[in-house]
Amino acid sequence: MIDYSSLQVPGPTITDLSSPFWNGAQDSQLMLQLCDTCHQHVFYPRPLCPHCWCGKLDWVPACGQGSLKSFSQIWKPGHPGWIPVAPYYVGLVLLREGPTILSHILTGSDLPRVGDPLVLAPTEVSGRVLPFFEIAK
Amino acid sequence: MRHLNPRAALVGIGELKPQRRTEGITTMEMLMQVSAEAIEDSGLAPDEIDGLLVAPQVGETPQHVPATVAEYFGMQPSMSNMVDLGGASGPGMIWRAAAAITAGQCESVLCVIGNHRNTPAPRSPNRNPAREFDTPFGASGANTSYALLMQAHMAAYGCTPEEYAAIAAGSRENAQRNEMAIFFGKPSSVEEVLASPMVTSPLHLLEIVMPVAGADAVIVTTAKRAETLRHPPVFLNGAGEKITHRAVSQAPSLTSGPLKPSIARALTQAGLNVRDVDFLSLYDCYTIMVAATIEDAGLCEPGQFGKWLNDNGGMGPDARQPINTHGGQLGFGQPDLAGGMTHVVEAVRQIRGTTPNRQIKNCQSALVTGNGATMSEAVALVLGADL
Repeated sequence: MIDYSSLQVPGPTITDLSSPFWNGAQDSQLMLQLCDTCHQHVFYPRPLCPHCWCGKLDWVPACGQGSLKSFSQIWKPGHPGWIPVAPYYVGLVLLREGPTILSHILTGSDLPRVGDPLVLAPTEVSGRVLPFFEIAK
Repeated sequence: MRHLNPRAALVGIGELKPQRRTEGITTMEMLMQVSAEAIEDSGLAPDEIDGLLVAPQVGETPQHVPATVAEYFGMQPSMSNMVDLGGASGPGMIWRAAAAITAGQCESVLCVIGNHRNTPAPRSPNRNPAREFDTPFGASGANTSYALLMQAHMAAYGCTPEEYAAIAAGSRENAQRNEMAIFFGKPSSVEEVLASPMVTSPLHLLEIVMPVAGADAVIVTTAKRAETLRHPPVFLNGAGEKITHRAVSQAPSLTSGPLKPSIARALTQAGLNVRDVDFLSLYDCYTIMVAATIEDAGLCEPGQFGKWLNDNGGMGPDARQPINTHGGQLGFGQPDLAGGMTHVVEAVRQIRGTTPNRQIKNCQSALVTGNGATMSEAVALVLGADL
């Protein structure tokens, strides 16, 4: 098991607007914004819906399921803090709610394939819980 | 919308030899040297330059870039701006210069772009969504983004690692005909590309451009003023531009980019079919970028770039449609944002018919592409020997 908690890596640059996303992650939830006019989910956080530009976005928990749109195994991390866990995978996660997010992908002994089903795998990194994903069994 | 009217001409070019390190040298010095070369090449007097387009300067001048450059050059332009489109900034300058000339705000525009490469490279000061939502997960900049694009392309179409690696090998073969290129004297076979270290799968080290210092400059003026200058003019016959996103997670497609509509628009304005273009000067930060561009240009069906390149006879000056004869950035080196302008400069050389060692026979037209961020900022130009 890789120990991510002791990594010294850059954390998120949280704003007032985005804090519900990161507070939710701390409680092992993936929070998204939902537009009450066009009913589309929004990621990353915005002050207005980028689909219809209405003003009313509500924070809602996502189901935590998605699929792998693409992935890369990183052998030479851009930030040296990630070197202790390299090589590791990052991927693009197509959430069931519609948006795509980039996340760290825990693969265990499996080789990831595009299209693999994924589930949320909250993981402590540098003193903060981040919404990682893992390949669903 | 078929014609850009009245048309502008590219009449002067300058290019510095790429260097791995430039300790003690400033970007401003490099910009002035390359600009002097382009002005001299054009035959214009320096005081005839009344427009100035520049690009962001990493780590040297965060704001007021046009005024800082103009003052340094002793110029007082009546039109100036900074074009911030990543690797598409250079090509993006060219049509903006033409548009400013058409608007009557200036007659001759210096488009200049470059960067030093001194240690330590400044760490990103970004406080934006890509920094907040990508970096904390271990993504590492452009390499990761293009690896994700390449993996998606491979998964969608079943293209082989050898097919992508052939683009790096072909570029380094072209670089053997360009003494300025960082890989001059250092060719790489497909096998060597695939044997180089994996950086971020599926991208090997030799499928990624080498960062270098360098600078490029182009002078754009009116078709009329161009008639009496030193070189036969190269005309801007079409341009297209599109931005679709910034972070790779927000890309509307992972296998096709904004160059597709940009190229289509530029070709329509020029009245040219892509198969009739004599020279393809295609932005190549990574092998996948050339593969996607060949497909987005409509030269072949999606996933067929490898077969198309093979049928094309490779990428050299004797190929059916030669590609990146200066070595591309994969062979020449990537002089930061000036990398995109190297593709403009080589196209001007080829259409003039004066390219040393690698002249394409009877080169009358070129398609130039620029690409920035995560296959998300696109500019396409069609250049020609005739109006």
